[in-house]
Amino acid sequence: MKEVFYILVFAVLLSCSKDDSSIVPAQYVPTPLALDIPPLFAQKILPPVIPFTNPQTVEGVALGKKLFFDTILSADNTQSCATCHAPANAFTDASQFSDGIDGVFGNRNSMPIFNAAFNYDEKFFWDGRSFGLELQALEPVKNPIEMHNTWEQAIADLQSNSQYPNLFQLAFGTTSITKELVTKAIAQFERTLISGNSKFDKYLLGTATLTPQELNGFNVFMDEAKGDCFHCHGSDNNPLWTDNIFHNNGLDAVFADLGLGTVTGDPADNGKFKSPSLRNLAFTAPYMHDGRFNTLDEVINHYSEGLQNSPTIDPLMKMVAQGGVQITTQEKADLKAFLLTLSDYEFINNPDFQN
Amino acid sequence: MKKIIAIIALSTLVFSSCVEDEIPGLQNTNVSLNFKHNFDGTTVTSTDFNAIQYINAEGDELSIEKLRYLVSDVTFHKSNGEKIVVEGYNLVDVTNNENLTYVTPIQVPIGTYTNVSFTFGFDNTDNVDGAYADLNSVSWNVPMMMGGGYHFMQLEGKFINNVAAEVGYQYHTIKAVNNTDPMNLVFQDTFFTVNLGEVIVHNNSSVDVNMNIAEWFKGPYQWKLNDWHSMLMPNFDAQVKMYDNGQNVFSLGMFN
Repeated sequence: MKEVFYILVFAVLLSCSKDDSSIVPAQYVPTPLALDIPPLFAQKILPPVIPFTNPQTVEGVALGKKLFFDTILSADNTQSCATCHAPANAFTDASQFSDGIDGVFGNRNSMPIFNAAFNYDEKFFWDGRSFGLELQALEPVKNPIEMHNTWEQAIADLQSNSQYPNLFQLAFGTTSITKELVTKAIAQFERTLISGNSKFDKYLLGTATLTPQELNGFNVFMDEAKGDCFHCHGSDNNPLWTDNIFHNNGLDAVFADLGLGTVTGDPADNGKFKSPSLRNLAFTAPYMHDGRFNTLDEVINHYSEGLQNSPTIDPLMKMVAQGGVQITTQEKADLKAFLLTLSDYEFINNPDFQN
Repeated sequence: MKKIIAIIALSTLVFSSCVEDEIPGLQNTNVSLNFKHNFDGTTVTSTDFNAIQYINAEGDELSIEKLRYLVSDVTFHKSNGEKIVVEGYNLVDVTNNENLTYVTPIQVPIGTYTNVSFTFGFDNTDNVDGAYADLNSVSWNVPMMMGGGYHFMQLEGKFINNVAAEVGYQYHTIKAVNNTDPMNLVFQDTFFTVNLGEVIVHNNSSVDVNMNIAEWFKGPYQWKLNDWHSMLMPNFDAQVKMYDNGQNVFSLGMFN
């Protein structure tokens, strides 16, 4: 019976179409697509967040991927999402700041995109101003220092494109494109960007061994009297390697960027930014919300002896008066070696995530 | 119909496995535990955080920036010695106003209980490293070098130290561990049972549980933040004193 119905629908659609077969609306038979959850994620943490209003489908992810890599969303067709979120860099930008289509630079480092489906609070951007991936994706298109487009123009361009109306039909059952459907598709693709196969993951699964230096570095990371990194950056029991919470990690005594404080209006939130994941550090330099550190050595030195005090500095930033936790040169080298074991080369080379 | 019967039978089995000596025929109800907080009588909510406005027994001025803690195995005690153990746990997150009310996942008979108790933290049976996905997801773990398992409480803020500078403190409670010899960790239990006292459970009863945060710093050990404010997790002596001070932190509030 269902088959007969689809044939009738298809016949009606055909009767309404022009001769050009490329614009014949396709059938809307979405194929559910389960996320590929790494074993440690399945064992250790809660399932990913997938809005019931935007279930993952093969067609939706395919459309989202195409949109992610397509320059059509920018006003002059020169930039795509991937311009500032490159797969080779774990979907961030190797530059400190990204320039938009007009050559204007922002003041924050592009955030890497992976494991976004496991950001349980769903607060995105360094300052958490967007709730949910769908809403996050609305912003760059219209941001005057990024794609500098209007959604009206972007939708008009997509609507007149020879391929997109059919792809939206396949993904969402309509050829009428809206910005909400565009960002739903992009969000579906972004949720597939899951990184969980680093050397350290393999070590936890018993399929790889760590060097003595890497193991020492892990101990520095987990030792409250040394690195004490685990309170904000996860552990062997939290493979996200972030708490996705906002902290003032002692970068500045005076803030040029208020971060979360700009969003909440609460002075107690000034200078707070989201803890980034420590996965894929081999690919995501420069570091911090403003990309001020070019190397991991600079990052480690900051926490060891470079902390700047301020009224909102996180209580977890210890020994601020001494500049930080004061780990030794050897401990720094060990910590760096461990941190690099969290890099996932399979992720950045995954053909499903390439243009 | 067979499916329904099977589900009912399974539900009964699960329910029975969680409840000891339930009295059949009585009307049952869920009970809500409302966790409320004060500093020596002054109400504390997340809106009071981040300002140095409290003074502890030692005279240290301090603020609170984070407070979350774990309670588990709420137990209803009857006068005849029978008890109903509600297996499970609740991570009270005052900072984010989450889980301030814990509704017992099973129902208990309406009636008078000579005592309602719960475990602060996890007992050794429940404190299994990495076993709880929701707690792992909010980074509630304790590193294996300190025995693994989970935190019991994270109380953080700033205080004015003895040279008038603002300094962060991290009053984190875990199972006490002496890790001087990493190959031979020495433990001491620091979970404890909180006895609230007699409670009369009505239909959909609500029970207030009060935490006086000041008691963590008060006694029997008068806490000196100048001495102990950071890196307290691997500090065996500090953990034991937190345990001692914790005995007087909780009390029964209003119930209906």
